[in-house]
Amino acid sequence: MQLSDGHRDYWRRNRRLTLALLLVWFIVTFVASWFARELNELTIIGPMGFYMGAQGALIVYVLIVWYYARRMDKLDREFGVAEPEDD
Amino acid sequence: MPDRGRKFFRSQLKRYYILYTGGFLSFVAFAGVLEIVGVPNRMLGYLFLFSTLLLYASIGFMSKTAEVSEYYVAGRRVPAFFNGMATGGDWLSAASFIGMAGTLYANGYDGLAFILGWTGGFCLVALLLAPYLRKFGQFTIPDFLGARYGGNLPRLIGAGAAIICSFTYVVAQIYGVGLITSRFTGLEFGIGVFVGLAGILVCSFLGGMKAVTWTQVAQYIVLIVAYMIPVVWLSVKDTGNPVAQIAAYTSALPKVTELEKEFNDKTTPRGAAEESVRAIFREREAAAEARLAALDRGGNTYLLAERKKLADRLAHLKQVSPPDAKAVYAAERAIRDFPKDEARARELWQHDRTTASAKTVPVLAHAEPFSASDDLERGRKKKNFLALVFCLMVGTAALPHILMRYYTTPSVREARASVFWSLLFIFLFYCTAPALGILVKYEVYNSLVGSSFSQLPAWVSNWAAVDKTLMAITDVNRDGIVQLAEITIGSDLIVLATPEIAGMPYVISGLVAAGGLAAALSTADGLLLTIANALSHDVYYKMIDPNAPSSRRLVVSKAVLLVVALVAAYATSLKPGDILILVGAAFSLAASGLFPALVLGVFWQRANKLGAIIGMLSGLAVCIYYMWATYPLFGVNAPLWFDIQPISAGVFGVPAGIVGVIVGSLLSAPPPVEVQEFVESVRYPRLSAEVAADVPKRDSRPLGL
Repeated sequence: MQLSDGHRDYWRRNRRLTLALLLVWFIVTFVASWFARELNELTIIGPMGFYMGAQGALIVYVLIVWYYARRMDKLDREFGVAEPEDD
Repeated sequence: MPDRGRKFFRSQLKRYYILYTGGFLSFVAFAGVLEIVGVPNRMLGYLFLFSTLLLYASIGFMSKTAEVSEYYVAGRRVPAFFNGMATGGDWLSAASFIGMAGTLYANGYDGLAFILGWTGGFCLVALLLAPYLRKFGQFTIPDFLGARYGGNLPRLIGAGAAIICSFTYVVAQIYGVGLITSRFTGLEFGIGVFVGLAGILVCSFLGGMKAVTWTQVAQYIVLIVAYMIPVVWLSVKDTGNPVAQIAAYTSALPKVTELEKEFNDKTTPRGAAEESVRAIFREREAAAEARLAALDRGGNTYLLAERKKLADRLAHLKQVSPPDAKAVYAAERAIRDFPKDEARARELWQHDRTTASAKTVPVLAHAEPFSASDDLERGRKKKNFLALVFCLMVGTAALPHILMRYYTTPSVREARASVFWSLLFIFLFYCTAPALGILVKYEVYNSLVGSSFSQLPAWVSNWAAVDKTLMAITDVNRDGIVQLAEITIGSDLIVLATPEIAGMPYVISGLVAAGGLAAALSTADGLLLTIANALSHDVYYKMIDPNAPSSRRLVVSKAVLLVVALVAAYATSLKPGDILILVGAAFSLAASGLFPALVLGVFWQRANKLGAIIGMLSGLAVCIYYMWATYPLFGVNAPLWFDIQPISAGVFGVPAGIVGVIVGSLLSAPPPVEVQEFVESVRYPRLSAEVAADVPKRDSRPLGL
């Protein structure tokens, strides 16, 4: 079928959101691990480098997935591509 | 399904599982009473293992089905929350349950690569794959590749990749099943494997994905309860705070760090004692080194001369009067243990050298990342840490038994929500493991080290009796006091022994064993079903006999499942080496073979059949080649690329796969219009043209397309 401008806009926004969240994912995973030794100088809940790897990054992952599900639901409805409400 | 029906189904589910959890907790309490009454420990072990097995079997039996869509995707009516829990059970494997906390105990920060990789991968699942696969809504992952790229070849390669990585992983799981059944019931390992296998099959044989889903939910509940109770107990005991995930960092970790410093400081009494043990190990290392050097020079002549020396000594000891029985016995044993030939001698002494050498280094600082003596080595460790995290994450997002679970939700919306629930349940486990590692370390450093050899706690000798490589303590410097360097603790012991370390009743040990079994069974179930479905659905139904009636499809599926299970159990009973190698290989293979073609299939409309074929094959080829060339096991020993360890072979396989897809696609014509439209349809939960044609169909197409 022919996609409307709305559809293209929906997909563009989805991609932008995905990219932004992947960037957050990349920072807490790879950048934080790269600087783990330096982060360890900082002590909040234990040394921060260790804490990020053991718990901090994991909390951010959960938040990323939660935010994505919430935001996409809204986007689905806004652009009229949500599935019929049958539950 | 009508609105009221689905609501009723959900509330029923909640009721059942709340009742189930309550029932399980009362069962644990009941077992506790039995222990107080004086029922022997071995009986309690049997009780836990067999009653949980019986429980899973009855859920499996109640979920039996003759419908294809129920068998493959649980009828697509698993609510997000329960699918999340089932994914948790599917994901948390025997290796994670038994070994994760121990890996962290042994490696400190560097072990966190597994924690990061096995949780962060779900971000990729959520953002790049789950909603789109759900919209596509078929039965298997090769299904998606077949529909997206057209033709049987992409489907066949996809099925091949799915089978290779799942099979590698399932062998590791069944190994865990065998280990637990044999340790807690006293059965032989080989028999334990087949008992466990029966437990796996009763869950999946009659009801396929439907039965696996509902048993996995039940198994997740058992495993998380079994993991949490000892941790909370230990945390209260050591820190007074039941929230181990916080107390470990605020209270236990600083004390551990303090003790590490003391052990490494030669000017303190404890540091000096540690140093004296290390000095003895340095001597042993040097002695092994000297023997190896002499063996290189003298060969067999040296061996004969050494043996003669031992024989002379024995003869001499026997002549002394009165004879010293102990010394004679020791000398006889030295002769008996003396290596028979050169190869054996080299092996033995090399082993002596490495074990001694491991004990000569100072205590590892738990919280220090990439600890090493120089910057070069530190950089190497950091690079490998990041590479491993990458492979585990991308592999997570490509393992078919996980992706398959997102076919079972009722809608795209629920698929997204379901990844959140999955990750939350998985998070619960993985944020606890590092805390447990720290708490056990605190317990060992604080209570065991410095205690007297005459008053060792009972768990030490119990576990030493089970397996010397798991637990060994010897008074190396003969001062009667335990030093850290005198203790050997295997990483597989930490979780299984935590209840005893914390002084809990045996019933908790039984519970932990049941939890480990649940973890192994639930993962093995999902994997076996993935393999069997790839063969029965993708190879048999889609390629060999597309007209097969649904009854024959189910018969074939079940027959294949049985055969695959037997082959996997047979492969396991051969005890194939290192679990860690198997697990690492599974993730790298999945990442290199499947991830590029799956993700580019959604996000790059231009990707086409040739691209997918070249991409999957080049990814797999590079990954397999690197593992084959660099794992010492295969004897090739080629130089490492950029110092990357073979466990992270996916670091090279994934880019090779991506480049393969891009190059192959650009070399050939763009995909046909139907495929481009297919990609568009996958990207939107509902396209307006589909309202009439597609949506009602989704609920009423049990037979697929």
